[in-house]
Amino acid sequence: MQLTGADIVIRCLQDEGIDFIFGYPGGAALHIYDALYKQDTVKHILVRHEQGATHAADGYARATGKPGVVLVTSGPGVTNTVTGIATAYMDSIPMVVLTAQVPSHLIGDDAFQEVDTVGITRPCVKHNFLVSDVTKLAETMKKAFYIASSGRPGPVVVDIPKDITAQVAEYHYPELVDMRSYQPRTRGHTRQISRGLDLLLNSKRPIIYTGGGVILGNAEAPLRKLVDMLKYPCTSTLMGLGAIPASNPNFLGMLGMHGTYESNMAMHDCDVMFAVGARFDDRVTGELSRFAPDARIIQIDIDPSSIGKNVSVEVPIVGDCDMVLSQMLEQLQGRINEIDRSAVDQWWKQVNSWKSIDSLAYKTNDDSIVPQLVVERILEITKGEAYVTSDVGQHQMWAAQYYTFEKPRRWINSGGLGTMGFGLPAALGVQLAFPEETVICITGDASIQMCIQELSTCLQYGLPVKIINLNNQYMGMVRQWQEFFYDRRYSHSYMDALPDFVKLTESYGHVGMRVDKPKDLNKTLEDAFALKDRLVFVDVITDPTVNVYPMISAGKGHHEMELAPGQEEVQERELA
Amino acid sequence: MRRIISVLLENEAGALSRVAGLFSARGYNIESLTVAPTDDASLSRMTIVTRGTDNVIEQITKQLNKLVDVVKLIDLTEGQHIERELMLVKVVASGGEQREEVKRLVDIFRGRIIDVTDSTYTLEMTGNGDKVDAFLQSLAQVEVIEVVRSGVSGIGRGKRALSV
Repeated sequence: MQLTGADIVIRCLQDEGIDFIFGYPGGAALHIYDALYKQDTVKHILVRHEQGATHAADGYARATGKPGVVLVTSGPGVTNTVTGIATAYMDSIPMVVLTAQVPSHLIGDDAFQEVDTVGITRPCVKHNFLVSDVTKLAETMKKAFYIASSGRPGPVVVDIPKDITAQVAEYHYPELVDMRSYQPRTRGHTRQISRGLDLLLNSKRPIIYTGGGVILGNAEAPLRKLVDMLKYPCTSTLMGLGAIPASNPNFLGMLGMHGTYESNMAMHDCDVMFAVGARFDDRVTGELSRFAPDARIIQIDIDPSSIGKNVSVEVPIVGDCDMVLSQMLEQLQGRINEIDRSAVDQWWKQVNSWKSIDSLAYKTNDDSIVPQLVVERILEITKGEAYVTSDVGQHQMWAAQYYTFEKPRRWINSGGLGTMGFGLPAALGVQLAFPEETVICITGDASIQMCIQELSTCLQYGLPVKIINLNNQYMGMVRQWQEFFYDRRYSHSYMDALPDFVKLTESYGHVGMRVDKPKDLNKTLEDAFALKDRLVFVDVITDPTVNVYPMISAGKGHHEMELAPGQEEVQERELA
Repeated sequence: MRRIISVLLENEAGALSRVAGLFSARGYNIESLTVAPTDDASLSRMTIVTRGTDNVIEQITKQLNKLVDVVKLIDLTEGQHIERELMLVKVVASGGEQREEVKRLVDIFRGRIIDVTDSTYTLEMTGNGDKVDAFLQSLAQVEVIEVVRSGVSGIGRGKRALSV
């Protein structure tokens, strides 16, 4: 069948089973938009800024596991996507970004709305293509989806010049692609797996440390089985929350800079560390020279370059987390008795004494709302079953600490790049994928303003996201660091002219609420969540002096956590 | 430690910039880099000379392998190998004695004079990096107008080969 390039693009999306694309039209993309108009299987979501399109597609991808798709025009359309592409790249999110380009004969002429898209995006994509021949278009699209979704996932850009979208070619969408230069390994090496088990089963002070790779690799089932068999203490990175249910008795909570005391102490004192789909990020390890001094490390990762990058690993296992853990379970069946239970029990005693300090305890008062309480109330009202997106800063850490996730893909935030402005558009993408579910964006007064225009998109498509704005009138995390490390010189971290968020929300056609008294908090939140069909923006005025604890400061190790003021006494008493 | 990494990559537009971009983005050092198509027109072969600790070199090879355009690579310095670099040097050569001296040096190093004018010689020298350096040093008394070096190309000894 002969089709134009524009029709080929849309047919490829249909054949790939894509239901939503997030985009914004413009000159070079007009042929594709015309092709989009003539069909209704692929639904286009018109955002208000291209950055919003990428975050929305990203949120959709994180929640569903399917690649998110973006369509934008050339030039500024492309440059506006760069933050969103880099966000997806840092967190290994499958995404295909279709960018229109000026006609082939104008490339390099500084044409209107021309940028070197392949050049600009190269450092923050898994791969990118410039289509120079319409007969290669369908195959390129297939490769883009294959590369984005396989191996360690990531964003792929396909740059399509306008003339290519007008040219005609025979349409054939390949079912499979075989690329000699790209063959991600999925099965783990059997011998390495048994070596890993040797180490793991002989451990006296083990810890299982899981990350975003478990979520991306849909490996929660074998992981949960393994954890239940081993009964070893487990911790998770920010990106891995929900893979092991927070209620699992072996789970110690999140680790890292704002992780729990017990997680970080167990990491520091362990003799064997089993890292699954986690990449030893600096926010997780603290100062590397003080990191887990006695640990012998086993690491599973699909990306060989993630192994041994920051920390040296004794047993590397390259492969897909789901596959490798399943292989490991097969070998484990007959070997479970090798575990030295009395040593592990002793270790648990130690871990439980750290746990008894309750490093996430916080104080409330009658005058002002403390932000941790807000997250705990939301948890109660939604019974822990909501999809929660966040922006970046203090609110993000409180959401991660106090909203306890029982399932994977429910916690959606920008971990690697730390992109403010991510939360609202991401929530939009999640709500489209799951119209019946409760989707919450926990945000702050600074972050929410970075992509606030997407309130308009939410109205257009009737997306009843619940936005909880923890409004402390500061860039809270910046303020916290300035308090701790810059002698309280609060340089430009105060928002002097905040909008009236309630009126702003109302002018976008949604429901706005404000609460500033602790006694009114429950009622307001309940009212907000009761409005099932409406987007509700709850502006929660919080105590601006509250800091995120516990904390590992720069240059410190896991065992040098600072607890919230007043908790040191508890620590001394409990550990005496 | 100095390493020579040979890479086979898809002969696609932009493949070179992916490699160059990787080195600059991650702060790896490049001493020299050469690239050209092979006997199979769909493949380019690149030789990269770099320096780094074992950990850095391990990351470089892993990161290179991760590039979608990279088909295969080897670290030539892990085994026996041969390296060659081509250098072209234009020197002032006027007057019998000076021309004689340059000619002698070229013969000693087994180079060639490939272009002659009444006042200049253009010399061709091939060898490993040390030899090429030594030849340049031997020209200390000669007025050098221009130097062009190709960067190192390398190949494994014996049956050791990098091919698809």
